[in-house]
Amino acid sequence: MTPSQVIATGTGAILIGAIQWWFFLAGRRSGGVRAATRDGVQEVAITVAGGYSPDPVVVEAGRPVRLNFHRTDTDPCSEEVVLGDFSVRRFLPTDEVTPVEFTPEHPGRFVYTCGMGMLRGTIEVIPAHSAGQSGGSA
Amino acid sequence: MPDVTAHDPPDVTCTIDVEGMTCAACSGRIQRQLEKTPGVSEANVNLMTNSATVTFDPTATAPEGLLKVIHDVGYGATLPAPDRGMEEAVTAQDEARAAELTTLGRKVLVSLVVAALAMAASMPLAEVTPGGHLDPLMRFMMPLTDLMRSVVPGLDTVSADAWRWSLLLMTTPIVFWAGRHFYTRAWAAFTHHGADMNTLVAVGTGAAFLFSLAMTVAPGWFESHGVPPMVYYEAVVWIIALVLLGNWLEARAKRATSGAIRRLIGLRPDTARVLREGVETDRPIDQVRVGDEILVRPGERVPVDGTVVEGSSTVDESMLTGEPLPVAKAMGDDVTGGTMNRSGAFRFRAVRVGRDMVLSRIVQLVQEAQGSKAPIQRLADRISAVFVPIVLSLAVLTFVLWVDFGPSPAGLRGLVAAVTVLIIACPCAMGLAVPTAVMVSTGRGAEMGVLIKGGEPLQRLRDVDTVVLDKTGTITEGNPRVTEVEVLAGDLSENEFLALVAGVEARSEHPLAEAVVAAAGDRGLSLPSIASFDSVAGRGVRGEVGGRQVLVGTVAFLEGEGVEMSALRERGLALADLGRTPVYVSVDGHPAGLLGISDPPRATSRQAVAALSALGLEVLMLTGDLRRTAEAMAREVGITRVEAEVLPAAKLEVIEALQAEGRVVAMVGDGINDAPALAAADVGIAIGGGTDVAVEAADVTLLGSDLTGVVRAIALARHTMRTMRQNLFWAFLYNTAGIPIAAGILYPTFGILLTPTMAAAAMALSSVTVVGNSLRLRHSTSSLPAPESGR
Repeated sequence: MTPSQVIATGTGAILIGAIQWWFFLAGRRSGGVRAATRDGVQEVAITVAGGYSPDPVVVEAGRPVRLNFHRTDTDPCSEEVVLGDFSVRRFLPTDEVTPVEFTPEHPGRFVYTCGMGMLRGTIEVIPAHSAGQSGGSA
Repeated sequence: MPDVTAHDPPDVTCTIDVEGMTCAACSGRIQRQLEKTPGVSEANVNLMTNSATVTFDPTATAPEGLLKVIHDVGYGATLPAPDRGMEEAVTAQDEARAAELTTLGRKVLVSLVVAALAMAASMPLAEVTPGGHLDPLMRFMMPLTDLMRSVVPGLDTVSADAWRWSLLLMTTPIVFWAGRHFYTRAWAAFTHHGADMNTLVAVGTGAAFLFSLAMTVAPGWFESHGVPPMVYYEAVVWIIALVLLGNWLEARAKRATSGAIRRLIGLRPDTARVLREGVETDRPIDQVRVGDEILVRPGERVPVDGTVVEGSSTVDESMLTGEPLPVAKAMGDDVTGGTMNRSGAFRFRAVRVGRDMVLSRIVQLVQEAQGSKAPIQRLADRISAVFVPIVLSLAVLTFVLWVDFGPSPAGLRGLVAAVTVLIIACPCAMGLAVPTAVMVSTGRGAEMGVLIKGGEPLQRLRDVDTVVLDKTGTITEGNPRVTEVEVLAGDLSENEFLALVAGVEARSEHPLAEAVVAAAGDRGLSLPSIASFDSVAGRGVRGEVGGRQVLVGTVAFLEGEGVEMSALRERGLALADLGRTPVYVSVDGHPAGLLGISDPPRATSRQAVAALSALGLEVLMLTGDLRRTAEAMAREVGITRVEAEVLPAAKLEVIEALQAEGRVVAMVGDGINDAPALAAADVGIAIGGGTDVAVEAADVTLLGSDLTGVVRAIALARHTMRTMRQNLFWAFLYNTAGIPIAAGILYPTFGILLTPTMAAAAMALSSVTVVGNSLRLRHSTSSLPAPESGR
C-alpha cells in the first residue's frame, strides 16, 4: 500500500464512522417536550424546517392533541405532514401555522413523516394520568 | 341513494361553535337553555370540542335563534364556516404546486441548455487533456461540437486552461441558482441529524464541483502529482438539470394523485337560490342555513343536502354513488348536495349544510384514507429511515476501494464512482411507492361510490377469498311486498282476511309486518280495531282483532299454539320454493290462510355474484329467512352456499366459523343490523350507506345501493396492491442493482462503469416511473365487470 492509499483508507474509515455516529447515534433524541394542556387539549408548536423540532413530542393517551405545525422552509419535501397512525395527511403552507388534531387512544411511539417519508418526527404517547391526579376533571 | 328515515316534518341538525366554556357547569347551562328553546328536540354541548349539536324543527326556530340563546347565557357562538378550510387547503396546495412548477420549470429549462453547452465544451477539452476520456452520453453532443467548430474557427487552438475556466463560468450560476435549494435543504436536514435526497444530490454535485474547481485553479499541481487535470463540470450541470427535471415531472404527477379530491370539492356549486320569507335570492353557499328552502332548476347542481318539499325531477347521483341511472325525486325524498338535477325543477329544505353534508364527509373520509398507512409500507419505511446515511457510507467505501484496488488514475476514478453512487440512489422512489398508490386508489374509489377507509382495509380487501352477503337489503332491495294472499275455504273473503292480519301487524315493528299493512293500504282496506297484542320475537304475533283471535307467524309458532298446520304447510313450502317468505295465519284457533311475501333481488345482484365468482371468490348468502326461501333466492342470483335461518345474533358466529376455516372473509351488509358481523369480518362492507357515509363498523362503505360496488371495491384493491408491489419491487430492484453497478461492480469483469450523468437520468426516471405507475390506478374501472351502461 502506498502512503496515499493508507491515508485514503484511514480517512474513509473515519468518515464512515462519523456518518454512522452523526445520523444514527448523535441524532437519537432523549427526553422530548411535554405538551401543554389548554382547554382540555394538549398543544405543542412544531417548527418544520428540514426536520421537526422539538422532537419527540410527549402527550397523554385518551385526550385530544393539537400539533401546531409552523413550516418555515419552502422545500416541497416538507409540504405535507403525514401522521399515518392517525390517518392525517395535511398540506402545510409556508410561513403559516397549520393545526393538526387527533386523539391518541393507546400509549406508544408513533412516527410521523413528510409526504415522502424522508423527514421524521416522533410522538410519544404515555398512559393517561400518572398517579397523584385523581379523576374528576372537567 | 336510499332514503334516510323520513321525519314528518323533518327535524334538522346543526353544529354551533361555542366560545368561552371553561367547565362542565358551562356546557350544562348552555345545554339546558337550548333544550328549553321551543322547537329544539335534542341538544348536546361538548366541552372538549367547544361545540353544540342541536336538533330542531326548522319551522319553529332557526340556527340564528339558537345562536341568540347561547349569547344570552353569556357565551360566544358562531355557525362554523362550511368546510371552506378544506377548499382553502386544496387551493393553497394547488397554488404552492403551481408556483413550484413554474420556478422548477424555469430552472430545468436553463440548466438543460447550459448542460448541453457544457457538454459541447467538454468535448474539445477532453481531446486536449492527456488521459481524458469521454462520457458515452457525450457522443450525442458530437454534432453540436462540430457545429461549434464550424461556427467558431480556431476552436481547436483554445487551451485546456481556457476551456476549464469557461466551464467554471457556465457551471457556477447553475450550482448557486438552480441547484441552491439542494444545498440549503441538505444542510437544514443535516443539522437535524437527518438526510434525504437533497443530501445525496448536494454531496454528489458538491464533491464533483469542488474537485473540478481545484483542478481549474491549480492544474499544474495535480499534473506534477501524476493526476490528469480532469474536470466534471458538465456532470455537475447534468445532474442538477436531470434531478430538477425529475422533480418537475414528479410534482406534476403528484398533483394528479389528489385530483379526485379536487373533483369532489368542485361538485358543489358556489351559490344557491334560497327562498326566505317568499323572496328568492342567490346566496353564496356558505350563507345557506339548515332549514332554508332552496330552488333547483333543470341542469343545476343541488347545493346542499335536504328533503324535497315541492316539485319532482330526476337527479343524476353517479358522481357520488357510481350508479349510472338517474334517480326519480318527489316530495319527501332526500337529495344530496353535489348531485346534478336533470329534468324537472323542485324546491327542497336544507337539512345538512357545510361540513355536515354527505359530500363534505366523503371528502373528509377520502382525505383521512389518503393519509393512512398500508402495512406493506412498513418495510419501505424502515429502509428509508436508514437509507441515505448508508448510501453516504457506501460512497465513501466505493472511493476507498477504487483507491486501494483500482487502475490508475485510481483516485479520480474512485471519486467519479463515489459521486455516481450518491446520484443513482433514489430514496424518493421508495418513499412514494405505497402512499401514491393509496392516494390514487382511495380517490378513484370515491369516484366510483366506493369509500375505502385507508391503506390497511385496502390491503386486507385484496386478500379476501370469501364474500358473505346478507340477504335482505343487500342481495334484495329490502322492500318486502305481499305477493300472494291465500285463504283456506271458510267464512273470510280475501280482503277480510288481509284486513284482519294487517290489523294485528299494524302493532308489530317487523319489516314483514310493514309489507302486510302496506298491502292492506293498497287495497284501500280499513283496519279493524285491535283489543290486545302480543309479540314473540322471531316467531310471530298474536292479537284480538274485531273480536277474533288471530295468530300470525311461523309454522312452529302456530303449532305451538295448538293449530293444526298440515293444510297450510304444503302451500307454504310451495311459496318458499318461489323465493317467497310464507307467513301463516290462524283465526280463532283454526288455520285460516297464508301470505307470500317477496323481497325481489336487485336487478344487478346476479351479475355481481357472477363477477365475484369470476374473481375467484366464494360467495355465501347469510339470512335469518327460511332455508327454502333463501335457497330459491340463491338459485335466482347464482349463489350455491346458503346459511339460512340464522338469528341476528348468530351471524357473527357464522363469520367466525368461516375465519376458523382459514378464510379471509368480507361481510357485506347494511351496516345497521349487521354491525357485529361487519366488525368481526376481516373486511366489513356496508352497502347503501347513502347519507350515512361513515358507517362505524365498516372498512368500506358503498354509496351506491347494489352489489356491483363490492366487485369494484375488490377489483380496485387487487389492482392497487399489484401496483404497490410493482412500485416497491421496482424501487428496491432499482436501488439494489443500481448502487453496486454505479460503484463499479461490473468494471473488473465487463469493464462497465456508469457515469454520474447516466446515474442522474436513471434516478430521475425512477421516481417518475413509480408515480406514473400509481397514476394508472385512475383508470381502474376498465377491467371491471361493471354494469353494462358505462359512466
